[in-house]
Amino acid sequence: MRYSVFPGCSLEKGAAGYPYWQSMEAILKPLGVELVEVDDWNCCGATEYIALNRMAAYSLIARTLALAAKTDGLREMVAPCSACYLNLSKADKYLTDDAALADKVNVALGAGGLHYKPGTVKTRHLLDVIVNDVGYKAVEQQATKSLAGLRIAPYYGCLLTRPAVYGQTDSPEYPTALDKLMKVLGAEVVDYPMKAHCCGGHMTQISEASAFDMIRRLVKGAADYHADIIVTVCPMCQLNLDGFQGAMNRYYKGDYHVPVLYFTQMMGLAFGLDAATLGIGAEIVDARPALSRIGVQVPPPEEEAKPAHKPRRPKEALPMPVMPGSEEVEQ
Amino acid sequence: MQQVASNGTPKTFLDQVIAATPGNPHLEMCIQCGTCGGSCPSGPDMEHTPRDLFAMVRAGMKDQVLRSNTPWYCVSCYYCTVRCPQEIHVTDLMYTLKRMSVKSKLYDESIAPDFSKTFIFWVENNGRSFELGLMAQHMLRHNPFGVFKIADMGVGMVTKGRIGFTPKRIKGMDGLHAILAKAKEIEAEDDAKIMGGAA
Ligand code: SF4
Ligand code: SF4
Repeated sequence: MRYSVFPGCSLEKGAAGYPYWQSMEAILKPLGVELVEVDDWNCCGATEYIALNRMAAYSLIARTLALAAKTDGLREMVAPCSACYLNLSKADKYLTDDAALADKVNVALGAGGLHYKPGTVKTRHLLDVIVNDVGYKAVEQQATKSLAGLRIAPYYGCLLTRPAVYGQTDSPEYPTALDKLMKVLGAEVVDYPMKAHCCGGHMTQISEASAFDMIRRLVKGAADYHADIIVTVCPMCQLNLDGFQGAMNRYYKGDYHVPVLYFTQMMGLAFGLDAATLGIGAEIVDARPALSRIGVQVPPPEEEAKPAHKPRRPKEALPMPVMPGSEEVEQ
Repeated sequence: MQQVASNGTPKTFLDQVIAATPGNPHLEMCIQCGTCGGSCPSGPDMEHTPRDLFAMVRAGMKDQVLRSNTPWYCVSCYYCTVRCPQEIHVTDLMYTLKRMSVKSKLYDESIAPDFSKTFIFWVENNGRSFELGLMAQHMLRHNPFGVFKIADMGVGMVTKGRIGFTPKRIKGMDGLHAILAKAKEIEAEDDAKIMGGAA
């Protein structure tokens, strides 16, 4: 099986979702899936570009689709991030349905020497490819280590599951593909009522009250069902639930500790791959206690606090914002 | 169907909103059932529920609609869109109202549009974004949480190698610039047609 792949900005090396990429590569090899990265792809625009400029937003996406159409003659492209998946598949659908929109977008693309015929490239989410093309059986055959003993809350979020008109394959209200996948690997799957609710997307940047409320509902929902781990299919969901769980706890004076891992990391563990290969250990909420229940040893984090080397700033890069915690900031 | 004047400009605010939305949003079919607001995780923070807002659009209350915080509290979860009995593309309409409010400079609470603008700055200059550096930049500017409250997350992300300090720049940056410039030109022409030059 061969597909082109659109990594998306969150999965690049050094970005927050890189562990997702690492674990995806590690599990696809034994499953016989080959991915060819679309050369010089660009950002999908997330939920931001379309909020300011519709033509630019569609043209931005169409540039990537045009480049994907030139990738080894492959007609299906895998997007591991749910937001990228929704943006790319939705834009392709609207371009297909609306010839006037497609014409205008192609005028814009022409300025950059490109052209895209709507419908040429079908964008598919990684989970869809794994459960529907690879299949539960082939996944089960690769598994050498049972996840029995772990209670998993399967978390789908919004953009993979909704809205069904853009090619989603599971129920928009009560999806089950991830439940089945985790069960095949031996895990105990809780009937997580929040499985398709929203992680808040970019709301952490806009309103702390709204963002923490949404994050709390999801984390509390998993904790109420005594889940050991929340399993996600999207780097934005992972970042919100994992990276902001501590801040949410402080806001509500709560004490939740529910680690959040990618479904590909769980698959990798079941395939007998070691934690480091799968990018496990990079999560903020410590997953070690939970994983020790199935005998997985995660090496303790390397010394905390100081980055290994001074972040370099190549000349061609733009001036960078200073991160809280980087060496130029006083604590 | 939207009503179009003889010069091609949509007649009412409702028609303008529909015309400015890619795909057919079916807004004229709203039966005011309230399913959208009832499904909305951001409902409590919104000044108007999506249903309210659509009634206001239909009533031609353009200023009030474009001043509402509602679109900016939409998190794009698409619950409304899949549940609406009339198959109205509620989420797409929220994006349209965001664009209209920014273009007409009616929405004056700065944080949400500014996050979108900061994000787009990176995309337009690199072809790619990078979420954490962007968040830091945005937080340092607006400090919605207080940087010190998120400092532990920042440090964790740095030590765990999860922050890319330098976003990669795509090779075809010149081409992308040309594409986006052309797209904006087309959008300006479209807007002039849709809004009769009003936005
Ligand atoms: S759910 Fe649909 S029909 Fe009902 S009020 Fe909302 S937009 Fe209108
Ligand atoms: S997409 Fe926006 S308006 Fe619709 S339910 Fe979700 S947050 Fe509310």
